[in-house]
Amino acid sequence: MSDLLIDNSKLIETDSTPTRRAFVAAAAAAGFCYAGALAYPIYRYLASPAEMAAEQVAVSEVTLKGAHAMPAGAVLMFKFGSSPAMLIHGADDSWVAFSAVCTHLGCTVQFEPQMNRIHCACHGGVYDPHTGKNISGPPPKPLTAYKVNVAVDGVVVSRV
Amino acid sequence: MAGSIYNWVDERVGLTEAIAFARHKRVPEHGQSFWYYWGGISLFLFLVQIFTGILLLVYYRPGAEAFESVRQITYVMHFGWLIRSAHSWSANLFIFSVIVHMFSVYFMKAYRRPREIGWLTGIGLLFLGALFGFSGYLLPMDELSYFATKVGLQIPASLPLLGPFTATILRGGPDVSEFTVQRFFALHVVILPLLFLPLLGLHLWMVQKHGNAMPPSELAKPESRRKSIPFFPNFFQKDLAMWLISLNVLALLASVFPWDLGKQADSLAPAPAGIHPEWYFMAPFHMLKILGNWFPGASGEVVGILLFTAGLVLWVFIPLYDAENKVGQRGRIAHYFGIFAVTALILTTALGYWGIR
Repeated sequence: MSDLLIDNSKLIETDSTPTRRAFVAAAAAAGFCYAGALAYPIYRYLASPAEMAAEQVAVSEVTLKGAHAMPAGAVLMFKFGSSPAMLIHGADDSWVAFSAVCTHLGCTVQFEPQMNRIHCACHGGVYDPHTGKNISGPPPKPLTAYKVNVAVDGVVVSRV
Repeated sequence: MAGSIYNWVDERVGLTEAIAFARHKRVPEHGQSFWYYWGGISLFLFLVQIFTGILLLVYYRPGAEAFESVRQITYVMHFGWLIRSAHSWSANLFIFSVIVHMFSVYFMKAYRRPREIGWLTGIGLLFLGALFGFSGYLLPMDELSYFATKVGLQIPASLPLLGPFTATILRGGPDVSEFTVQRFFALHVVILPLLFLPLLGLHLWMVQKHGNAMPPSELAKPESRRKSIPFFPNFFQKDLAMWLISLNVLALLASVFPWDLGKQADSLAPAPAGIHPEWYFMAPFHMLKILGNWFPGASGEVVGILLFTAGLVLWVFIPLYDAENKVGQRGRIAHYFGIFAVTALILTTALGYWGIR
């Protein structure tokens, strides 16, 4: 009961006479809004590339027009979202696609058909060109493999 | 706690002296006090230029990719259009407020002894400001900036002897190209700031040392009838209010009238119709044109530049001619010269815009 009374008296006081505290609070709120309105565009501007990279990671499928005509034993480098990837048409007429980012320290790897391997020149990592499995050198994991779909006018590469 | 920190710093740095130095300045209060704000407004806009300029520097790439990077800033990066628009608008507002500041100083006779250095450094800052504007105008490398720079550099190129050499060095070749952008960029973000900042420091020190000048009408009053307020904190608070108003005006202009980006510059394409220099270069360009018409022939442009330079020299060195704080012939002549300069600037600017209409 007594609590209720105190609350009421507070209410009446702030309603009838705007106190110094209320004014300061309102001014501070307005100041924060103003500063926020200035800071928000600046933050978004500076963060643009990061946000755009995040959007590109969301890519789940890439169509490579004309890639179906690639000769056996050839490789095509392309961008899957924001990172490099490779499409390999094996000598045995198999089709595989991997992320071309080395799982060790992120260099871009290279397909070497004459050696029958995928090689990373940075630290000598070697992957199997059919499965993407890490064979020798420092890489801790296999290359990320993508699903390959050969169509009449191109090749569709998508996330597994 | 706060007191002991203050004492620690004060003992080593001398805060008390600095505060006393700031307090000793008083700002006169009279009918023309409004004009005292324009130096502060100019300073604020310059700070905005540093801030937005650094933000643009994050994505801008000079050289061959210049246009592409500005296109990216304007259309791809979030709020990039706003940052760029604010930088361009603030540049124009800066030149405007500096010109207002200069003429108010001129007509209040604030260049007289002992404030000659303040006047001369101010002229230097205006000159550097114009170079900032000229070099910054090229950086987007769109059609308009390309041709404005091409035309602008024709003026030094037309001078005898060192003229063509200077123009070639500035351009980095016989024509405006990616090399021009690269060196204008260096000029805009490194060389000019390095020159501007110490000059600004000297300018502000002169203001602090001598205080605001009183116009002759105020000086004529007996000392007991003059009014003034302390610079710190009273006038400083008013200055800050002006800065806030300036920021709001800038935000409104930059967001409601976003700065345009034209087509990419193409050295094979003809100049677009209605091409013209920035408004603050319109008056000198048009004066040169008029003077060139009065003295036809190949020497016309040279005579034009010489006459224009003579007028400029008179303007810059007015404190040497009209140095004393007294009513007299020299003060009157300086006053008429000022009115002539304002009239000539406004008239030639208007004529220039009339010509391209």
